[in-house]
Amino acid sequence: MLTAPNKTGLVFFPAFDWAISPTHPEREERLLYTQDQVLEEGLFDIDGIVEYKPDLVTAHDIQRVHFCVPDVAAVTTESHLISAGGAKTIGRAVMDRHVTRGFALVRPPGHHAMRVVHGARGFCNVNIEAVMIEYLRQTYGVRRIAIVDTDCHHGDGTQDIYWHDPDTLFISIHQDGRTLYPGSGFIQETGGPTAVGTTLNIPLPPNTCEEGFLYTIRNVVRPILDEFKPDLIINSAGQDNHYSDPITNMNFSARGYAELTALLKPDVAVLEGGYSIEGALPYVNVGIILAMAGLDYSHVMEPDYDAVKQRQDPQISAYIEQVGESVLSIWQNRAAIQAKMQNGENFYRRNRRLFYDTDNITEEQQETIRLCPACSGTWKIDTTSSLGKRILAVHIPRRACSACRRLGRDWYTEAANGYDSVLLQDRPEDRYLTNPCNES
Amino acid sequence: MIIGLDVGGTHTDAVLLDDTGPLKEIKVPTDHRDLLHTVTTGLDQVMADIDPQQVQRLVLSTTLTTNAVVQKQLAPVGMIVSSGPGIDPALFRTNAHYHVVAGSIDHRGREVQPIDGDEIHALAQALQAADIRYIGVVGKFSVRNPSHEQQIADLLNNHFEKIFMGHHLSGHLNFPRRIATTHLNAAVYPVHKKFFTAVKQSLAAKGLRIPIRVLKADGGNTRFTTSIDSPGQTVFSGPAASIIGSVGYAAPGTETVVLDIGGTTTDMAVLIDRAPLLAARGVDAGPHKTLIRALDTTSIGLGGDSAVRVVDGDFQIGPRRRGPAMAFGGPVPTPTDALLVLKKLDTGDHERAREGIGTLAGQLDQTPEEAAAGIFDCCCRLILEAIDHMVAQINSKPVYTVHELRDGHRAAPRELLVLGGPAPHFAERLEQLSDYTVRVVPKWHVANAIGAALARTTSEVTLFADTEQKTATAPEENFNKKIDGGYDRQAALTDAFDLLRDKAIRHGAQANHLEMEAVETQEFNMVRGFRTIGKNIRVKVQIKPGLMHGYAKLLES
Ligand SMILES: [Zn+2]
Ligand SMILES: [Zn+2]
Repeated sequence: MLTAPNKTGLVFFPAFDWAISPTHPEREERLLYTQDQVLEEGLFDIDGIVEYKPDLVTAHDIQRVHFCVPDVAAVTTESHLISAGGAKTIGRAVMDRHVTRGFALVRPPGHHAMRVVHGARGFCNVNIEAVMIEYLRQTYGVRRIAIVDTDCHHGDGTQDIYWHDPDTLFISIHQDGRTLYPGSGFIQETGGPTAVGTTLNIPLPPNTCEEGFLYTIRNVVRPILDEFKPDLIINSAGQDNHYSDPITNMNFSARGYAELTALLKPDVAVLEGGYSIEGALPYVNVGIILAMAGLDYSHVMEPDYDAVKQRQDPQISAYIEQVGESVLSIWQNRAAIQAKMQNGENFYRRNRRLFYDTDNITEEQQETIRLCPACSGTWKIDTTSSLGKRILAVHIPRRACSACRRLGRDWYTEAANGYDSVLLQDRPEDRYLTNPCNES
Repeated sequence: MIIGLDVGGTHTDAVLLDDTGPLKEIKVPTDHRDLLHTVTTGLDQVMADIDPQQVQRLVLSTTLTTNAVVQKQLAPVGMIVSSGPGIDPALFRTNAHYHVVAGSIDHRGREVQPIDGDEIHALAQALQAADIRYIGVVGKFSVRNPSHEQQIADLLNNHFEKIFMGHHLSGHLNFPRRIATTHLNAAVYPVHKKFFTAVKQSLAAKGLRIPIRVLKADGGNTRFTTSIDSPGQTVFSGPAASIIGSVGYAAPGTETVVLDIGGTTTDMAVLIDRAPLLAARGVDAGPHKTLIRALDTTSIGLGGDSAVRVVDGDFQIGPRRRGPAMAFGGPVPTPTDALLVLKKLDTGDHERAREGIGTLAGQLDQTPEEAAAGIFDCCCRLILEAIDHMVAQINSKPVYTVHELRDGHRAAPRELLVLGGPAPHFAERLEQLSDYTVRVVPKWHVANAIGAALARTTSEVTLFADTEQKTATAPEENFNKKIDGGYDRQAALTDAFDLLRDKAIRHGAQANHLEMEAVETQEFNMVRGFRTIGKNIRVKVQIKPGLMHGYAKLLES
């Protein structure tokens, strides 16, 4: 009988009765062949691999992360609560030391969901990793967390959520935004003015092979992680870098993903994208599970795997090395970049326009953050969507100083007229309020 | 008239019954060195003074194959395994002659790599040279496409006495379990065949031509003639007889826990409306993880003969047995001794029981009566905790749809049925200590033999259809048919039920009382690009374990 060196928890929730639409990549069939492969390989029989039934997350869990417009129920379905719940279940099993690490093989995905949610973006409504992370912070008091997003698409939702959080290191490795949705994730995107360097983007060129991905993990991601010293490493384990994926242009493999996982050693991995449902997912998932459990994955291989096609173009290799050097240099100079960005001001503003491709919504945001010397600073977003709703969203960070806590509560209670609703995320108090005038 | 005979660890029970109820019950000691003698002795006694012409059927539940597995008295088998990529198949080695060969099939049943005929021929010669007579052939995803297993078996044919193919033994996915299952079937085949042939011959020698049936681990019976092709189904059938024997006493429409309190262990199972739950994947006995259909039973190391000690000021009961109770000459005090001290039992040496419990009482500054009551309550609480744990396990089984997660059934039994030696005493106390309604199974001392006699013939068929590949396959039944794009879930169910009906009747079911049901029906549209290219359909149908038609009422009266 096989025994896993690392006790590994798994939530497998394929949501066989849920789809965005019948022919959408996010459809019932997506994890069917993965289930076949996982069952046929007998993975759940391995001593040390434990399957868990997912919990559901609550509206409160979601409000720690998102400002849902008009409310949580309107932008989520049961499947989102289960998918985020699957991540939460694994996070708890790891924190309670029932397992040493875990993998939430769930759908729908979440890494394109941002702080404000007017609808679905990139197949995502709620950010399942962030909902899990904030739950773990609230329940177990974990502080420093690193998220490594290895989905082929830029994890723009996770980036948005942790843009101003110096305790959360977010590193996204993805196909260059000039060639793929969502068109962001450039090297210069390095976090807000109080958290420079804890957002890092590693855009890789199309046709990056095993060599390029593993080079990046070994020479860029691992050294940064070693210096940041997170209490937990989370992997947003998208599988659409695979050579057979129908909506991307990379050249990664199942064994490559397994090796990446072995190098990264995530405490929790969460499935994100990956739409080559027959040619890639069954093998990539088996590879990731074996790697997490510390078992041999050297025999895992796609039926059409061709070692010759894995020879990476030297130009691509050279380009990837350059990208790696730029990212490392930003990481090393983050303090200087931050000082320059703050420029001695008290507040920092930015205006953004966002697009929700899945639900066809546009959103205008004006964001204001206090550049606080004592904490990461309270912020607010004034947002209007093409659905016509104008919202003021106020966030008081977990470790806010007393001045920032006061400021956040003042912004909330003294909001001018003209908003459809005013929302407060009071993280230190773990309370989430709507419309001050209706409450007293 | 029907005879049920259950060979147990210490006793062998036999009943003779007809449609008015049990007519005769006997008990003989089990001689593990000569099970044939045990069985014929039991039969002789239960059939004394009756006209053998009136016996329609003899159902045997034995520990024969279980003992062979546990005592590692298995026939040498040649295992031929084709895997393709995945976990290294060398890790699933079952025995000495275990050979990994070329050939690979994917999850949809498509050939990835053909088998190598020369390789198989060479292996056949080597296995013959090693005097191997029984063969197991197993391929990964063979339940989606059995052609490789079939080709290998065809190449080996005529050279070996019996060849088992994985896809015949179960339609479920799980390659390592398929390997273990196929190996066990081949490895117990000779002992199973030899034993039942001997029983048949011994009956024939007395001029009796009674059809023999065998009880399986899933609590159903099958004809001896069909059991020969899957003898592994009788492995670990131990708890099944008693559970089936209790089914008729469970209140209809409710959920019930059956507790069989024995000498060394207490076995538990959950009935939902008189149907025992089946193990999700198959027999799980220590290192033997298989696809053999089995009742979902839980066993705890607590029984009448469990050793009782005092550890840190508390009683520790079991999990080991060190011999019989002190009242019956054993070395250490046991729950049975406690029952004697409490005057709930009146057999055995009362003084020795009191002496044994007295030493424990001394360590706790209690009277022997106080200690005995404490031990007894401790046993009841351990059993109740184990029931809670078992029910929680059942309810925490993962599900894979939003619908099931939201509206799925949650087991919440309200009733306990108790059998085994100390059943009446436990029943009373268990009811006082819990919210369950607790009843003793009437005739609990022969419920196992009654269960064997009255078990219905169970069966299962798995069918997989892929309209893009234009095939419907039911691997266990050698069923493979060409289908067109119009084939759907309903058509798959119809085919599966037809196959199940044929199989069940072949195995001995009553043709006009087949209680068939669908356990799983899934239909997925396969979309490539933005176009639907076909349907992927999975259907599982079964006859679940329970009593033969017409006999449940008989037990009620
Ligand atoms: Zn993606
Ligand atoms: Zn502050």
